[in-house]
Amino acid sequence: MSTNYEDRDFGFEREYDRTMPRGPRRMQRRKICRFCIEKVDLIDWKDVKLLTSYVPERGKILPRRISGVCATHQRMLAEAIKRARNIALLPYAAD
Amino acid sequence: MAEKRTYEMIFIVDPETGDEDVMKLSDSVQKIITGQGGSITKTEMMGKRQLAYEINHKKDGTYVLLEVEGSGAEIAEVERRMRVNDQILRYMTVRVDEMRRRADKLKDRRARKAAKQPGSGKAKAAAVQTDADEESAA
Repeated sequence: MSTNYEDRDFGFEREYDRTMPRGPRRMQRRKICRFCIEKVDLIDWKDVKLLTSYVPERGKILPRRISGVCATHQRMLAEAIKRARNIALLPYAAD
Repeated sequence: MAEKRTYEMIFIVDPETGDEDVMKLSDSVQKIITGQGGSITKTEMMGKRQLAYEINHKKDGTYVLLEVEGSGAEIAEVERRMRVNDQILRYMTVRVDEMRRRADKLKDRRARKAAKQPGSGKAKAAAVQTDADEESAA
């Protein structure tokens, strides 16, 4: 299975329109960090529901170039995901 | 004693142990902590849930979460005992007081920023001031 994040639809990406749908270079409107909008200061590692939306099937952490999460929150998110993995709430690697 | 620290302690118990035994286990852990001078601020039985991967060939486990306040010595003691306990598949302790403090700081900073923004009073006043200065100079 290839992990081509660019071609997959993660839901939260949907609302941003693509001005050039199929071209050599797809133009995309800049994504906004969801956590900044919701004013999240702390990402809980027990919040599996939230974390799974940033962990695609393969079990890898979704890069922020895809999700649009800001650097600060991506750092928190990565830490939370790693903790959740340690305690078997999330997989290290799936299939 | 050193400063007080807050920890979140989570452990996974073998799914085959009964509810009472899980309670007993949790009680014994709490007793150790209080015996060492710590205190428990929260206990949560998260119940049985599927593990994301197999641990000791087990596919699910019972999660127990504790919030502990103490110096850190009791954590070491509890972890030492968990390590030798076969019923406990996995445990993890996370120090949360520093994390929470950092979150508060972020919140503070945001609050201050928000307070500054709406009027942007100071900046405007300064701009008016310079204008007046220029006029008087001319």
